[in-house]
Amino acid sequence: MQQTTVRNFEKICEILERYERNPAKLVPILQAVQAEYRYLPKEALAYVATSLGLPPSRVFGVATFYAHFALEPKGKYVIHVCDGTACHVKNSEGLVKAIRKKLGLSKEKNTTDDLLFTLETVSCIGACGLAPVLMINDAVHGQMTPDACATVIDKILEEEKEA
Amino acid sequence: MNNTMQDTQNTMWIDNREVPIEGERNVLEVARKAGIDIPTFCYHSDLSVYGACRLCLVDIDGRGVNASCSVTPEPGMRVKTNTKQVRDIRKISIELLLANHDMNCPTCVRSATCRLRELAERMGIEKLRYKPVHTPRAIDRSAHSLVRDPNKCVLCGDCVRACHEVQGVGAIDFAFRGADSAVMPAFCHNLDAVECVHCGLCATVCPTGALTPKPEIDAVWADLDNPQKVVVAQMAPAVRVGLGEYFGMAAGAVTTGQAVAALKAVGFDKVYDTSFTADMTVLEESEEFLNRLNTGGTLPLFTSCCPAWVKYVEQYHHQLLPHLSSCKSPQQMFGAVARKVLPKHLPLEEKELVVVSVMPCTAKKFEAKQEKFNKDGKPEVDHVITTAELGLMLRQVGLQLQNLEPESFDRPLGFKSGAGVLFGVSGGVTEAVLRYVVEKVQGKPLEQVDFHQVRGEAGLREAVVKVNDTEVRLAIVQGLANVEAVTKQIRDGVCPYHLVEVMACPGGCVCGAGQPHSFNPAARRERTKAIYDHDRTMDFHKAQDNPELAAVYAEHYGEAGGHAAHQALHTDYQHRRRLHELDLTVTDSDQEDKVQVRVCVGTTCFLNGSQELLRKLVHYVERTGLQDRVEINATFCMENCGQSPNVRVGNTHIEHCTFDTARDALTQALNPDISSGFAVSP
Ligand code: SF4
Ligand code: SF4
Ligand code: FES
Ligand code: FES
Repeated sequence: MQQTTVRNFEKICEILERYERNPAKLVPILQAVQAEYRYLPKEALAYVATSLGLPPSRVFGVATFYAHFALEPKGKYVIHVCDGTACHVKNSEGLVKAIRKKLGLSKEKNTTDDLLFTLETVSCIGACGLAPVLMINDAVHGQMTPDACATVIDKILEEEKEA
Repeated sequence: MNNTMQDTQNTMWIDNREVPIEGERNVLEVARKAGIDIPTFCYHSDLSVYGACRLCLVDIDGRGVNASCSVTPEPGMRVKTNTKQVRDIRKISIELLLANHDMNCPTCVRSATCRLRELAERMGIEKLRYKPVHTPRAIDRSAHSLVRDPNKCVLCGDCVRACHEVQGVGAIDFAFRGADSAVMPAFCHNLDAVECVHCGLCATVCPTGALTPKPEIDAVWADLDNPQKVVVAQMAPAVRVGLGEYFGMAAGAVTTGQAVAALKAVGFDKVYDTSFTADMTVLEESEEFLNRLNTGGTLPLFTSCCPAWVKYVEQYHHQLLPHLSSCKSPQQMFGAVARKVLPKHLPLEEKELVVVSVMPCTAKKFEAKQEKFNKDGKPEVDHVITTAELGLMLRQVGLQLQNLEPESFDRPLGFKSGAGVLFGVSGGVTEAVLRYVVEKVQGKPLEQVDFHQVRGEAGLREAVVKVNDTEVRLAIVQGLANVEAVTKQIRDGVCPYHLVEVMACPGGCVCGAGQPHSFNPAARRERTKAIYDHDRTMDFHKAQDNPELAAVYAEHYGEAGGHAAHQALHTDYQHRRRLHELDLTVTDSDQEDKVQVRVCVGTTCFLNGSQELLRKLVHYVERTGLQDRVEINATFCMENCGQSPNVRVGNTHIEHCTFDTARDALTQALNPDISSGFAVSP
C-alpha cells in the first residue's frame, strides 16, 4: 500500500480549505484528493467526511458512484486497452493477454506490485481508424500488436530505471 | 375571487372522479385520499421524495406518464391511474426487480408483510419473463439489533433517507453503481462497526426483508426448554397496544391480559411488567431532576430510556454526556431489580434465573448486550425479543391471541401505575415525571394528572408547567435529527429548557421497529391513543402511588435517589468513536524502535485545532531530521473528546495537547535519559 505522505496530508488540508469545507463541493474535493494520491484511500475519505461534517457512508457512496474515482491504488502508468467493436474485431484481447503476461497481471489483479502499471479495458476511445488501440496515460498507441505492447512497456521500464 | 369559486376550482380529476385538493404535496397523496392505493416503494410521507422506483406512475392529461409522487396537484388536472400503459410499466418494473431478487420467500421473515411479494401478486405476475440475474451477496448479522440482507434489497432508498433525515445519523447509503449498486455502511463495513444507533427505523420503512430485526427466539426457546431454568418475562408498555396487529386486530387494540396469557402459553414461568420499573425510573429520574434544579446542577436533564438516543449522544455529543440522566432504562432497571428481588421472592437460585424482555424496539437488543450491563458474565437481561417475535412464538405453538383468556401479571414486579404505562409514547416520560415533580414541589396531592401540553405529534415540542412560583420548561423530541436544535442551544448557552425528553422513534416506543409491520399510516395515532386510554382505566396514575414499588424500595433500596438505589439503578456513559481502524499514516519509518505519535483528528479534536498541531509536528520532525525515528499517524477519536485535542506519543497520552507539550514528550521518548528542554525550537 502506498503511504500517505506529509505532502499528501498537507495537500488534503489545502484542498479542504480551498473549497471552504463546503459539503456541496464534495465531488471536486474528491477529484482533487484523487489527483494527489492517484486513488482515494479510505483513510483520506474518512478524513474528508469528518472535515465536511458528512456521514462517511455518503462520502463513500459518492466515491464509489463515479467510475472516475478509484478506491484501489492505480499504477503510475494506466494502460487502457480499447475493447470497442472495431478493436475487438482486430484482436484487442490478444493485446490484453500479452500485457498481462508481460507484467504478471491477471483478471483479478490489474495493478503491478510496484504500482507502476495498471491495466484496464475501455469501450471505444474514438480512434477506430487505428484499431487495435491502447492508451498509456494520455498517449494513444495505434495499430498495436502483442509484440509492440511488450516493446512499449520495456521502453517505459527503461526510462523509469534511468529516472 | 369568492369562496365558492375557489372551492370549485381547487379540485382535480382522478380516474374521472372529482377529488378536492386539500394541501396534499403530490398527486399520489390525492389519489390515496380518494381510496386508490397506487403502489410505491420509495414514497414515505415522512421522508423526502426520491422518485426512483417508478411504480407510482400515472397518466396526466397533456403531460403523459409521470411519477405521481413527484407531481404537485393542480386544479383541473386530469389523471388516470389505470391505463394499459401505466399497468404495463408497473408490471415490468416489478418483474425486473424480481429478476434481481433472492426469491426465497418461504424462508424470509418478511414474507407475510413484504411489499414486493404483495405487489407481484397484485399485478398478477405468475412467472418471470426475464432471466434471473441475481448474484448472492453476504448477509450482515454483525449488529445485535438488525440483520441486513442485501439480497432482498430493491434499492428504494427508504432506509437511507430515514436514517439520514429522521435520525440524522446516515449510517447507511447507496454505494457503487449500476448492477453493483447497493445500500451499505461506509467502506463496506458491517453495521456494528459504524455509527448506527440501532433504532431500526430503516427496518420499519424497508418494504422487503432486506433490513429486519435480529431474531432471538431460538435462544429463548432453549431456555424455556431447559428444566434447570426459571424464565421470567418483562413486557414493555408498547407491546400491549401493538401485539394485536400481528394477529389482524385493529391498530391500537389493547391486549394486555392476552399478551400475558401468550407469554404463559409459550412457557414463561412468570410474567412481569416493564412499567413497574418505568415507575421506578420516574422516581429516580424525578429525584435526580429535582436535585439538579435545587442545587444548580447540569441542566437541561436529558432522559435516558431510549438506548438509540443514548448511543447518539455518546458518539456525537460527548460534551453533553453530563446532561444525560444517570438512570438506567426501565429495561435494565428491571433486569437489576429482578436479579435482586426474585431469588428470595420466588424463591430460586440466582443462576437459575433467566430474564427475557419483550420490547417494541431493536435498540433494546443492543442495550442489553452492552458490557456495562453484564456483571461477572451474567447479563442483567438475557434475551430481548420484539413484539413481533412474541407473536411468532405464539403462532409457533399454534395459538391465536384472540382466543386466549386474559391473565394478570405476576406480582410484585407486574404492578404499575398509569405513569409507567405512558413511557410507551412520545411525551409519556415527561408527563410521568411531571406527575411526581409537581406533586412533590407543590407539597399537596396532584388532582389533575393529565398534562395535555406535552402530548402531540410534532418532532420538537415545548411546554411550560408552573409549579408554585417555579416555571418548569420542557422539550419533547422524537426523531434524533430534531434534537440538533436543542444541542445547538446548549452549545450557544441559550437553552431555555430544564428537562428534555428524547426518543429516536417518531411517535415513541409504540412505533418502535419491533412492533408488527403496519402499512396503516394511522396506526401510530391509534397506538398512542390506546396508551392514554389505558392510563385512564388504571387505579393509580402516579408512580409514587404504586404500593408494590414502595414495598420493593423499602425492602431493597431505601429511599428513591438514595445510595443503594444509585448503586443498582444508575449507570454511566462513555464516549464512542464512530470510525474504527482508519488511521491515516502521515509519516512512516521502517526503523524498529521508532516512536509512534498519534494525533486525534476526530471531530472534536479537529475542531479544537488538531490539524494545525499535526502539521506543526510533521514539520518539526522533518526539520530536525527525525523522520527515521518517528512515525506520525492521524487517528479518529480516542474516545476522550472532553480533553481534546488528544495526542499519544509512544505510551504517553496527552490531553489538551499543545505543540510544545507534544514536542517535549517526543524528545523525552527519543532520549529517555535526557531531560526535556533539549528540544529544537520550532
Ligand atoms: S438502525 Fe437506525 S441508525 Fe442504524 S442504520 Fe437503521 S435507521 Fe440508521
Ligand atoms: S434495504 Fe430496504 S429500505 Fe433500504 S433500499 Fe433496500 S429495500 Fe429499500
Ligand atoms: S413512489 Fe414515486 S417513484 Fe417511487
Ligand atoms: S475527537 Fe474524540 S478524542 Fe479526539
